[in-house]
Amino acid sequence: MLRSKTKVLARAGTALAAAAMVAPLISVAAGSGSAGAQTTNYPRSETLYTSGTAYSPPNNFNPNDLGSLYTGTVGLLYEPLYLYDPIHSKYIPWLAKSGGWSGTNYVIHVRPGVDWVASPSGNVVGTLSGADVAFSINLAKDNPADPWNANVSTVKSVTYGGDTVIVHFTSHPAYTSWQDFLWNAPVLPASIWSKMSATQQMTAANTSPVATGPMVLSSTTSTQACFAHNPHWWGTAQLGLSFKFKYLCDEVNSSNNVELSQLLATNIDWSNNFLPGIAALVNGALGGNSGYGIKTYYPSKPYMLSANTVWLDMNTTKAPMNNVNFRKAVAYAINTQQIQSSVYTGMVQVANPTGLLPNLDQYVDKSVVSKYGFSYNPNLAKKYLKLSGYKGQKLTIEVPDGWTDWMAGIDVISQDLNAIGIHVTPEYPQYATRESDLINGTYDMALDNNAGIDSTPWSYFQRVFNLPILPKQSATLNWARFSDPKAWALVQQAATVPLSDTAKLKSVYGQLEQDFLQALPDVPLWYNGAWFQGQTKYWTNYPSATNPADQYTPVMWHGWLGAMTTIYALANLKPAS
Amino acid sequence: MRRYFVRKLGTYLLAFFLGTTIDWGIPRLMPGNPVQIYLAKFQLQSPGSWEALNKLFSKAFGLDVPVWRQYLNFWDGVFHWNFGVSYTEFPEPVSRIIWSALPYTLALLVPAITLSYVLGNRVGAMAARRKALDNSVLPAGYVFQAMPYAWLALAMAFFLGAYYRWFPISGAYAQGMLPSASWSFVASLLYHWFLPFLTVFLVSFGGWAIGMRNLVIYELETDYTRYLRSLGASERLVRRYAYRNAVLPQLSGLALQLGVVIGGNIVTEVVFNYPGLGNLIYKAISGEDYFLLQGIFLFIIIGVLIANFVIDIVYVMVDPRTRLSMQGAQA
Repeated sequence: MLRSKTKVLARAGTALAAAAMVAPLISVAAGSGSAGAQTTNYPRSETLYTSGTAYSPPNNFNPNDLGSLYTGTVGLLYEPLYLYDPIHSKYIPWLAKSGGWSGTNYVIHVRPGVDWVASPSGNVVGTLSGADVAFSINLAKDNPADPWNANVSTVKSVTYGGDTVIVHFTSHPAYTSWQDFLWNAPVLPASIWSKMSATQQMTAANTSPVATGPMVLSSTTSTQACFAHNPHWWGTAQLGLSFKFKYLCDEVNSSNNVELSQLLATNIDWSNNFLPGIAALVNGALGGNSGYGIKTYYPSKPYMLSANTVWLDMNTTKAPMNNVNFRKAVAYAINTQQIQSSVYTGMVQVANPTGLLPNLDQYVDKSVVSKYGFSYNPNLAKKYLKLSGYKGQKLTIEVPDGWTDWMAGIDVISQDLNAIGIHVTPEYPQYATRESDLINGTYDMALDNNAGIDSTPWSYFQRVFNLPILPKQSATLNWARFSDPKAWALVQQAATVPLSDTAKLKSVYGQLEQDFLQALPDVPLWYNGAWFQGQTKYWTNYPSATNPADQYTPVMWHGWLGAMTTIYALANLKPAS
Repeated sequence: MRRYFVRKLGTYLLAFFLGTTIDWGIPRLMPGNPVQIYLAKFQLQSPGSWEALNKLFSKAFGLDVPVWRQYLNFWDGVFHWNFGVSYTEFPEPVSRIIWSALPYTLALLVPAITLSYVLGNRVGAMAARRKALDNSVLPAGYVFQAMPYAWLALAMAFFLGAYYRWFPISGAYAQGMLPSASWSFVASLLYHWFLPFLTVFLVSFGGWAIGMRNLVIYELETDYTRYLRSLGASERLVRRYAYRNAVLPQLSGLALQLGVVIGGNIVTEVVFNYPGLGNLIYKAISGEDYFLLQGIFLFIIIGVLIANFVIDIVYVMVDPRTRLSMQGAQA
């Protein structure tokens, strides 16, 4: 009897095992996360696979929730009024057909013939009008939780008639912030968003988006979001842009080893991952022998466009970082060239001493840089260190654990600083710990790259000089806690200079560059790359610096895809066969 | 019997209460707060906007009330299967995310655990009396048992996936496919399932086979088997008794091993990018999404406790001594 019981149990176990194996099927039958898919299979030759932007499954397509929105929410679905081309430093009218200042009013002519298209059906449910644009501006203005709220702080009111929208400003419009709004903030359909509560507008998942962009949301699973061609997209008729792929599937990022092998196995076409050592594969491919077929934006060093400035924050409320000579000693002691070549194998560019990204070169005052700029010079560093009266305090420098390139970077920096006699130890706390250290000012030195690409130097200098300094610097501003009221007044003044007054802007920014280089609250080190690898097995004609007709941003990250020229890059792709 | 189960149930409830409380408390000891990390992604350049968003999301995550209230709300949520919202997948409820990943983990774990246990015990028992098997299965068992899951998984992925390209190494089904009730999907599912399953299976299998082999050898040398043999019992009967006695420690071992196997499963899922709970834990940790993390751990706590309880019941069924002692206690 006992024996038969054991047998029964063994059989029950086997049955349980078999039942568990069909468990995924049951969950499929019960309906997975698919957003009413129209297809069950995406043919490889008609699909562009992208990766390197998303770290969690696609559950959120709300363009206002910058914490969770999935890749493509802005760009493939929702679109802004303008785009910004950082490579040629110009704005491209997008949902605005044209626009411009008239006194303290900004007049927008909304592009005609733009349809609101529902996902996933692809049905047209309305037409873009001045009402939608006015609604989107008012939403930012009236809802303090709107991420673009600060950009429209000087907007008084918005009026519209037909396709013309007039934005009325106070007597001193914040030109720069408004310009950033124009090429970053998406236009939303008033008929849908006006029915939501203020909280919903910012936090709803919006999984059935109604938008104007080149694609519609086709399906989502826990590992990817797939978009399908929007046959009603205005860009095809009006700009002659069309995607040769029918579907675009963006894969959720997994571990680095999987990402690299997926790219090499040609399962990913367009990768925006940071893949250390990719330069070696690219070189091999270009040599024609190794055949990985991988392209980067530049065919040789630096391979990648610059995306943001990595700088060394110094907590200027603490000694010895509160001493300008100490900060200068640090700046002169760091051999960034060595980090560029050893840590990044040439995949990044050493930063200009001002830290302004290459697209803002026109604003960099060369005479200021040659007079006040710094470069690697250990002897001069020692002189400044002596002047600072450094008493041998033990200091730390932090980067988040797991950011391997930065971890290697601060190892080099620590060695350089120790070499001139500054006692620094590298530390790798968890991201959350390091974030709260910087926000609360409980750190000595740290790397950060908040200063991302922008069309003017304004946000860069706001980050450096913003006042007042709060007990918690929660917004990503002035983590060095550096106080220079005069410089901050100048930043505020720069905000109210019209962008057309380039002479005035250049003089103000020149002065700010000088203030920055004389005080060095942060030491600009290198520019993190706009990491991009294109796999040529299925798709070719990726953006390239060597092709004047295809110099577009090859980046799907939020803030790039829907704001810069990535759509042009996508439209230029061609099937390999 | 009743007293035995009531006592066991009491122990499990206490373990559940303590486990769940620790599960709730530990993430809250982490530095920073989740809203702060969430808002870091906004790259806000205005303290005013930050305050407004902070208020909005603190409320959305249920963090706008005192800590004791958060604790009570958490228990309230536990009883309503509501573990809050994930903040790496905001505004998706944690319970929904877990439900969609759970089938994949069950599909790996349940067959791997039961098959490795059943087959491991059988093969181990056979090895105990067949020299050839003992010389082949035993060394192989030692190698597999000693192998870290991650290493075996990587070796599998490299040789069978990347080098020979017999099996895919990423995902639960083919890349261009969407889940559907079709044979091609089922085939793809099985094809992707095989390597991660094999990894978890092999490591466990080795352990059970070795354990069983040693136990059976021990049982075959005990006084009762000698007595049986002296009575002229057939070798078959002797082996049967030895097996039944040897399986008891193995059963206790199964209860103890569950946690280890689940841990190994996490690593295996990460290596194969398999969309189960293990991969979810990895994503929740790297995204510091501790609502999701505590939800998954709660599921694991419940799963392990239920499995242990089932094993307790099974133990009573297969071990007459436990039943007899309970009857004695009742008398």
